[in-house]
Formats: sequence, structure tokens, C-alpha cells
Amino acid sequence: MVRILGPLVGLGFVFALIFSAIVTPWSSEPESAVHKFHKESKHLTLASDGVFGKFDRQQLQRGMQVYREVCSACHGMNLISFRNFADLGYSEAEVKAIAKQWPTEVPSINPDTGEAATRPGLAPDRLPSPYPNEVAARAANNNALPPDLSLIAKARESGEDYIYSLLTGYSRAPANLPVDARPGRGLYYNPYFANLNLAMAPPLTTEGQVTYGDGTKSSVDQMAKDVSAFLVWTAEPKLENRRRTGWGALVFLLIFTGLTYLSYRNIWADRKHART
Amino acid sequence: MSFPWADDYKPKSEFMQWIDTRLPLPRLVYGAIGGGYPVPRNLNYFWNFGVLAGIALVIQIVTGIILAMHYAANAGLAFDSVEHIMRDVNSGWLLRYAHMNGASFFFIVVYIHMFRGLYYGSYKAPREMVWLLGVVIFLLMMATAFMGYVLPWGQMSFWGAQVITGFFSAIPIVGEPLRQWLLGGFAPDNAALNRFFSLHYLLPFVIAGVIILHIWALHIPGSNNPTGVEVKAPQDTVPFHPYYTAKDGMGLGVFLILFVAVTFFMPNLMGHPDNYIPANPLSTPAHIVPEWYFLPFYAILKAFTGNFLWIDAKLWGVIAMFGSIALLFFLPWLDGSPVRSAKYRPLYRIFFWVLLADVFLLGWLGQAEATSPIVLLSQIATAYYFAHFLILMPIIGRIEKPLPLPNSITEAVLKGETKTGAPAGREKTGREAIETPSPIIPAQA
Repeated sequence: MVRILGPLVGLGFVFALIFSAIVTPWSSEPESAVHKFHKESKHLTLASDGVFGKFDRQQLQRGMQVYREVCSACHGMNLISFRNFADLGYSEAEVKAIAKQWPTEVPSINPDTGEAATRPGLAPDRLPSPYPNEVAARAANNNALPPDLSLIAKARESGEDYIYSLLTGYSRAPANLPVDARPGRGLYYNPYFANLNLAMAPPLTTEGQVTYGDGTKSSVDQMAKDVSAFLVWTAEPKLENRRRTGWGALVFLLIFTGLTYLSYRNIWADRKHART
Repeated sequence: MSFPWADDYKPKSEFMQWIDTRLPLPRLVYGAIGGGYPVPRNLNYFWNFGVLAGIALVIQIVTGIILAMHYAANAGLAFDSVEHIMRDVNSGWLLRYAHMNGASFFFIVVYIHMFRGLYYGSYKAPREMVWLLGVVIFLLMMATAFMGYVLPWGQMSFWGAQVITGFFSAIPIVGEPLRQWLLGGFAPDNAALNRFFSLHYLLPFVIAGVIILHIWALHIPGSNNPTGVEVKAPQDTVPFHPYYTAKDGMGLGVFLILFVAVTFFMPNLMGHPDNYIPANPLSTPAHIVPEWYFLPFYAILKAFTGNFLWIDAKLWGVIAMFGSIALLFFLPWLDGSPVRSAKYRPLYRIFFWVLLADVFLLGWLGQAEATSPIVLLSQIATAYYFAHFLILMPIIGRIEKPLPLPNSITEAVLKGETKTGAPAGREKTGREAIETPSPIIPAQA
């Protein structure tokens, strides 16, 4: 019964597919302008790359400085607390000072009146958002919403390569760019961005925009690299711990598997080749 | 009743005997785990994957229960609670990455397990029930994995839930009300997230229950083997312990090495960046794609683009997608060949490899953008998938001339070892060798 009905049902599906193939018009889409001008992200080499990579804490501190002095004006980072900066190599006192001197204060209430107020940050506070809400953020940014940056290195294809490319990739729109792909008002041409036109004004523009504490020359390229490295850390603060644990687990498992292989050989030695 | 060669449970201590006579639980456990269970001596490494699937389920349940202690099933809190696990819970990143990649490894193992069954004809009599229960487990796994993927409440979680629950709206008349009733709203939201969490916690235990039935059903006819010839005499078997416990132990080691390598060094390899963006009902991602293990079925869904007969394209897609799994329930009866192993089925073997390639192709098509050549290719690949099971398998079983089967497992093993061949007498053709019990080969060691 099944062997009769089965082929009939099968033919039903096959005919439906043949019918689909016939009625679906063949559309050979021309390569879109966006596709033609869009560029693949440049590769960024970081100390944290590879299976043995470790964060360059000096670089993370510089990246944090870039975030604090440039990015944090528009982008929040609501998954990071000031206390997490201890992982970047800051002492407890330094963390407290960073929290206290953060450009934005932390929302609070007035203890006497109960009215909304702000106060200086403390180590356990999350980093404050630059805008009180989404409406305010859009109102200040030509109706574009600056995304939260905590996870951005994991939330974009190519992660840190993409961030670095985007930050250093602003250019004049090429002369042969079709009109409908040209940046409109309040938009900036960036070939690394999906639709080429980005609402974010070039954030890193001049050398010396940030004065690094460690004396590193703050070229645009250097700042972009540093802040990308910092964003890798914010997206995956347990990265080093994960790899260290991974190596321990792998070494253990290699020994375990070696031993089980030997015991397997040993147990089967009398069976595999014998005639029982 | 169990496997004819299985040893009965014999209590070793008076205490166990006392229990066994009052509540035969030790007997049940002994039978279920395969104690005293002789297994064909010629099983190859593909027979490791059943045990590995069981272990993958245990890994998922253990990590999942601990994750549930820290997770908040609430549309407003879910995303941040997952990040709280990643950042603030001790070893939370390990639990979460292990659970996330554990699902992928569970599917890898189960897919190999299923294709092993297809190649060696493990679904055929008398093991139909083992296969049917396996398909039930597969369906439950798919439901569990889908609902689990929704829980982090990222962009892909939300839009995946939107697309998958949208299948129900393809049903005529009752579709849309049914979808709203299942979701508890017009779109996935808090109500849906809560029920998904509840079911995601429940279903693994249902899977565990069906696995017990799957193994119980297996222990009645006993394991199939690469020759597909039934066990005929004690020398065809070895005890499960220590022979296959040792082999499974080694298989487990290799499995864990790969699992650890991915979990610790490239945990987001099989994930999607969009799921690190919190769910936003107002912003649709550029490409909504399911997890890799659903891609072949997603390609089947998308392949139907014409309103054929009175059924519209969307409903065809949904019917075909469910049908592509449902047809596995009929496989034992679609395949009429009495020969199990593809080793002795020259024609079926070719189509088996075509099917495997077809499924890989469907997987690739599932994630590709729906341009005209991709759609056409999906239609061809989908047509082959259905034709393979529903049309070709019954025909192949009828026209194929199987190769001569060995008289017994032992003969096949010895032949493989010495190349000269054991004195087997006349070699029998497929049907004859399976149906006529051969005389027990005397032990010669």
C-alpha cells in the first residue's frame, strides 16, 4: 500500500515543483550600484587574535579613552560597569576616579525631593547612556539611532575588522556613483557600510583628537585600532579566561582520548583478528 | 523478551535480589543499558553516534538546567539576562557557549546517526519501531532547538519565531487564529517567550523518555551491523562491556575534543551576528536564516513558488517541509528490498550518496539569497529529495540485483581480515541469505 501511495505523493510534490519552476519568472537582476561600490572589511590584526591571543591592556586603555572622549557622546554601553575596567589593568582607585570623572553623570533621584537628578558615577554603576531615551537619541541624530556598543564587535559580520574599516573608511562619494546611491542630507559616504550611506559623521578626523596618557601618537588609524580592540573586549570580556580553560580542557582530553584508544586496542586485541 | 543472545539479569547480591523480586527495577535498568547484551562484533565507528547523541542530550540538560537558574524568561529582561550569564555568572560564559554549541553538536551527531541508519538499512524489519521512535526524537529535537534559539531574544530569535510560527497561518481558514492562539498575541512577545521557555525546559525530558523507548525497542532485535546480516550464533557477537564501552569511550574522547575546540576557540562559528542585537519588532534583519541544522528544510520551504492545484505556494512549502520529515515514518515500508546494508546494494548505494549530496546542497541553498538560479536549483534539489524516498526507493527495491551476502557476520569479518575468505560454501544471494538461517559455524579458535 505504502509502495503504491508513496510514489503518487512523491509525484504530487515533483509536479508542484515543476509547476513552480515554470510559473516563476526568471529575473536576472543587474548588479546593484550598492553591491558594486561596497567594499569588504580590511583585516585588523590585534593582540587578542588567534588561539593564544591575549589582550594588549595598554591598547584597551587607549581604546577606552577614545570611547570615553569621542564615541560615548552618542553611543551607550549598557552592559559594561565601571568596575569592569579593573580588567583593563586599572587599580581600584583609578576605577573610582574614572567613574567619578565620566563625561555623563549617572541618573539618580534627589534624596530630598524624589525628583529625577544625576550624580557622579560609582564603580558598580553601568556606564550611563548619553541620551535619556530613544526619542531623545533620534532627535539629536537626524532620526538615526546610535546603537549600543557593548556587543557591537559580535553583532556585526567581520566584527573588529568591520569597525576598524568603518571608522577609517569615510571618503568622498566617487564621481561615477549613481544618484540614488549618493548620500542624502545628513548622511556620509562610507563604502564599508551596507548601503554606503551612514548617518554617523566621521567620528575620528584629526590627529591628536585624543591625547593618549601613554604617549602613543594618536593618528586616526591608531585611534580606530585602539577603539576596535576595546570593543572586542567589551563584547567578550572573558575571552582570555575562555581560551586558557580551553587549552586545559584540550590537553586533558588528548590524554584521555589517548588512554581510551590504548584500552580499546588492548580490549579488542583478542577479538579483532581471532577466529572466535 | 529481549534479544535472543542477551543474558538475563542475575542479581549479584542478596540485597539486589531482594529488590528485584519486589520491584524489578534493577532488571529494567540492566536491560535498558544493555548489560549482558551481546552486540555484533563487526560494528564500525558509525555505531558510536547513538551513544554520543545520548551524551549530547545529557550535556544539554545539565548546562540547560544551570542556565535556567540565571535566565529571565521575560521579553524585557531575556537579552540582558543572557549577557549577565556571559559576564557576571561564574563560568556562565562556559555554560552558555557549551549549551549553544552543544545543540549544534547534538544535531551533527544525530544527522550522522540517521544517515548511518539509511546506509545500513537499520530501519528495516525487525527494527521499524527503533526507526519510528528515532524520527519522533528528531522532531522533538527540532522543536526544542527552535524554541531554545528564541530564548536569548535577539534579532534572529525574534524574526525566526515570527517566520516559523507564520507557518501555521498558511493553514486555510483556521491558520491565523491558530497562530495567534499558539503565540498568545499577534506577534511573538512576552507570552510566546514564556511558553517557549516552559516547553524548551519540558521537551528534553520527553526526548529522554522517548530515547528510553528507542533503546528498549533496539534491545529486542539487537543492533544491526555493517553487513546487515542478522546475528546467527554466539561467535557473531561480543559482550557490550567491555568491547563497545571501550570503543564508545574513545569515540567520546574524539567527540569532546571537537566540541571543546569549537566551544572554547570559535564559539560563535555556527551562530549569527544578528542574534547579538536585541529583538526589535520594528526592524527586520536583511537576511532571516535559521540555524544551520534547519537549512535543508528551509530550502524545501522556499522552493515552492507556484500555486499548484488549489493549494497556494506558501501552504505547499509548509506541507513539503513537514512532509520531508514525515515521509521518514514510512521509510521501512517504502523500501521493499530485503537486503539491509548498502554494501550489498550496488544501485541503492549510488542513490544514497546522491541523497547525501542533495541534502548538503539543500543546506547551502537554504542560506543563499533567493535569486532565480538559486530558486531553480532549490526546486531541483527538493524534487530529488522527495523522489528519492517516495519514488526511487520503491523502484530500486524492485529492480536491484543485490550482491551475494556473507553467510554470517563472522564469515564477513574473517573474509575481511584474511582476504582469502573463510570456507563459506556456496554464497547466497540477498533474499536467500537473509531468510534462510545458516548452520552455526563451529568455533575454531
